[in-house]
Amino acid sequence: MPEQDRRDLSVVGHPLVKVDAAAKVAGQTVFADDLVLPRMLYARLLRSPHPHARIRSIDVSRAAALPGVVATLVGRELPISFGILPVSQDEHALSPDVARFVGDPVAAVAARDEETAEEATRLIAVDYEVLPPLMSIEEALARPDVRIQDYGPHGNVHKEVSFDFGDVEEGFAEADHVREDTFFFEGNTHLPLEQHAALASFGPDGKLTLWSATQTPHYVHRALSKVLEMPPSHVRVIACPNGGGFGGKSDPFNHEVAVAALSRKTGRPVKITLTREEVFYCHRGRHPVRMWVKTGVKKDGAVTAMHFRTALDGGAYGSYGVASLYYTGALQTVTYRIPRYKFEGVRVFTNKPPCGPKRGHGTPQPRYALECHIDKICADLGLDPARWRVENTLAPRTVTANQMLVRTIGLRECLERVVERSGWRDKHGRLPAGRGIGIAGSSYISGAGLPIYWNAMPHSGVQVKVDRGGGVAVFCGSTDIGQGSDSVLAYVVAEELGIRPEDVRVVTADTDLTPVDLGSYSSRVTLMTGNAALQASRRVREPIFAAAARKLQVPVERLRARDRRIFDTDDPARGLAFAEAVVLAEAEVGTLGAVGSYTPPRSVAQWKGAGVGPTPTYSYSAAVVELSADRETGIVRVDKVWIAHDVGRSINPLLVIGQVEGSVYMALGEALMEEQAFRKGRHRIPSMLDYKSPTTLEMPPVESILVETLDPEGPYGAKEVGQGPLLPVIPAVTNALHDALGIHVDEVPITPEKVLACLEGRYRAPQMPDFRYPETVRVEPLAPHAPAAAPTR
Amino acid sequence: MEKARLRLKVNGEERELLAPLHHTLLEVLREECGLTGTKHGCELGECGTCAVLVDGRPVLSCVTLPVECAGREITTVEGMAGPDGLHPLQAAFAELGAAQCGYCTPGFLLVAEALLRGNPRPTRAEIAEACAGNLCRCTGYLKIFEAVELAAARMRGETPRGALADLGARRA
Repeated sequence: MPEQDRRDLSVVGHPLVKVDAAAKVAGQTVFADDLVLPRMLYARLLRSPHPHARIRSIDVSRAAALPGVVATLVGRELPISFGILPVSQDEHALSPDVARFVGDPVAAVAARDEETAEEATRLIAVDYEVLPPLMSIEEALARPDVRIQDYGPHGNVHKEVSFDFGDVEEGFAEADHVREDTFFFEGNTHLPLEQHAALASFGPDGKLTLWSATQTPHYVHRALSKVLEMPPSHVRVIACPNGGGFGGKSDPFNHEVAVAALSRKTGRPVKITLTREEVFYCHRGRHPVRMWVKTGVKKDGAVTAMHFRTALDGGAYGSYGVASLYYTGALQTVTYRIPRYKFEGVRVFTNKPPCGPKRGHGTPQPRYALECHIDKICADLGLDPARWRVENTLAPRTVTANQMLVRTIGLRECLERVVERSGWRDKHGRLPAGRGIGIAGSSYISGAGLPIYWNAMPHSGVQVKVDRGGGVAVFCGSTDIGQGSDSVLAYVVAEELGIRPEDVRVVTADTDLTPVDLGSYSSRVTLMTGNAALQASRRVREPIFAAAARKLQVPVERLRARDRRIFDTDDPARGLAFAEAVVLAEAEVGTLGAVGSYTPPRSVAQWKGAGVGPTPTYSYSAAVVELSADRETGIVRVDKVWIAHDVGRSINPLLVIGQVEGSVYMALGEALMEEQAFRKGRHRIPSMLDYKSPTTLEMPPVESILVETLDPEGPYGAKEVGQGPLLPVIPAVTNALHDALGIHVDEVPITPEKVLACLEGRYRAPQMPDFRYPETVRVEPLAPHAPAAAPTR
Repeated sequence: MEKARLRLKVNGEERELLAPLHHTLLEVLREECGLTGTKHGCELGECGTCAVLVDGRPVLSCVTLPVECAGREITTVEGMAGPDGLHPLQAAFAELGAAQCGYCTPGFLLVAEALLRGNPRPTRAEIAEACAGNLCRCTGYLKIFEAVELAAARMRGETPRGALADLGARRA
């Protein structure tokens, strides 16, 4: 951080304790399942035991007759569909006609206690007509006659795209070397420690309140209003603090709609808490993606063209899938120079729990493939892979081939820092047998540039109210999922008003009380709510400073505020307490309050499909991984990770490093062990014991380096950090394994079995499915002056 | 459901309550005692989230029956703070950002307390070993290790340079 800023900022940039930390360590944070209301009932869902089956009939009479059961619910009672994206409204609270995966809910019960509700679900008789289960992309493509969903271009294809940005064939012809590789990234899941829970209360006034472990109360609000056919003003959604989200609580869910409907039916509060097994069925996790990439390079490594193909196994429903698909092609171009680029992608429905957004949403898979592919190209050309990356990073203010605008870019510095700190030059290709080192770079969005449903309104709103005693309340729809977004609001408001974060009361994630914020997804919250809070705070500060200026008889431009005091910068002894200025201001202008909002700048991109990829600004990361690999057992142990992240500016370095370390951890799990895999139509391992994730014993030391590029679009220059640092770690592990053993395992997770298969020559490399991508849409380049004309503020 | 009378001593407080015999200690603590600080992540003994102390030793409350705990001292996260405020472990977890979402935190705190009671100067490897049955998806465990080390040092009467102070050195 520049020294000037460090002196000027009294809150931002300092490693302060989170505003909710004390409650969390005291065990007093109230999560959704901790809530109890008088007369509350408990709900359970009956889920399909078949991966694919038509529901001929459902008989709930025996369940309804069980003592203690108050209500039952089946799908035809809630015929209106919902879904997170307007283009895929394909979900029902309870499936009315077809069950599409093992775990798809088909009926629900509300009873006086959980055990009675559970027992009642077992008394529900469902007559299923079993349909062929389509458990892979190949099976789904081979049976276009057995459609899992009744929409999409054809058969079981949910969405297919093909775009050409520049003539890649011309680029390949110009190249000195052309290389093709195929990779596979297995699906995995979020595994938040908190199981999803929701409590609905339909009041005698005809209004509904839903408390839920959700990252996106605004979208749940919209879904409930639609499905229950209630005016939005009669529906209130309160997101409880999430016990971990990682993207897994970003969709409106069956159980949220079901308890709301059951509460309306019974006139009593109804709560549901999913079992761990059910959380695996909710999923919305990382898509399994097959990828093929072809790149042309000159002798010096300069890329002439890149052609990238992806095939996503989407599971049974749309979820965020259309966005996920575009994300597998959007961000390849924002790190290194790629003058011509072609992307083809397809998402296919299968009879598995729906995939969706997990930390990095659709970009970790292609980033993994791209960074491994780059290392192979460097090996072909005899180039150092770290040096190739440093030399090929984009310049600031670049518009990429696919029309993404890169503003600030700290990638080069990130790469240089991890190279230097890790001792790369002395280690790469030089470590003893069985030990290796690998590197990768990456980028992520700081919030999606466009909203999920088309509208011209702000993405984030903040309201600030100032109390006569000098306290401040800030209201915002954002949801704290552990990343510290409540704290960021308090820090920004405190910084601008010159008070301390503990003077700020943060009220968030309540659709009745707080201005809309779209939710905790796409790494958007610090940048967007931060900017909205900045605007609201500066507006509410105006009359307070005006009153202080009159009292002190000092021009208002000379005033500054910090540590609960407003003072003359020329004569700091001349000042008054913030609370005193508030009283003067309120006497002068009346009640003190203001609102602020943030809307991202208009994207420069002008092609259909460019709704995904643009962002106010990209974050950048680079990682070096050092590991040991055992030739006898195939076990890979990560010894150390060095990671540098361009966060723009650390609003709180303590929280930033927490996000970096957590991302590294999650990436190592994905690289080495985590897989949401299926066998004979069923989830193979819907339990925490069998779904392997890293424990304390597997976590290596991590050296985190924060790079600050002070982006003009971010509050105080801040970019995202919650997701981006996950991205480079997975390919860095793969590249390090190659350095250690000389093998290419072209898929993750890299399990010991795959390492051994590779060492013994038994490894079967991933294959692309046999699929004819649609006709390519040629996107003409932007006029040379277009980027300068775009508003970037 | 047949209910049984239970006498439990939780956080130093004698409680007499009625609960179905087959209900776990986790259920009884959360539902009968109102001690919702104890969390659940799997209810199968796989994640460590529900850990509490029984006579000072960590147990998984989701696979423990209350009848096994009769006449023994049960400690939950609500029993950690004293009249002077937070337990040093709680303070260190808060200061260092070892609690992100905070959901696994009570389990880690109690397991760490049991560790420090028997071993006031644990190595990082010993902390990792003691906490190996507790999953955390947010932190990558590193801030948890640092917080246990900081609390241990303070409980030994030392005034260590906290990781907060070290943080400045790690920034670009």
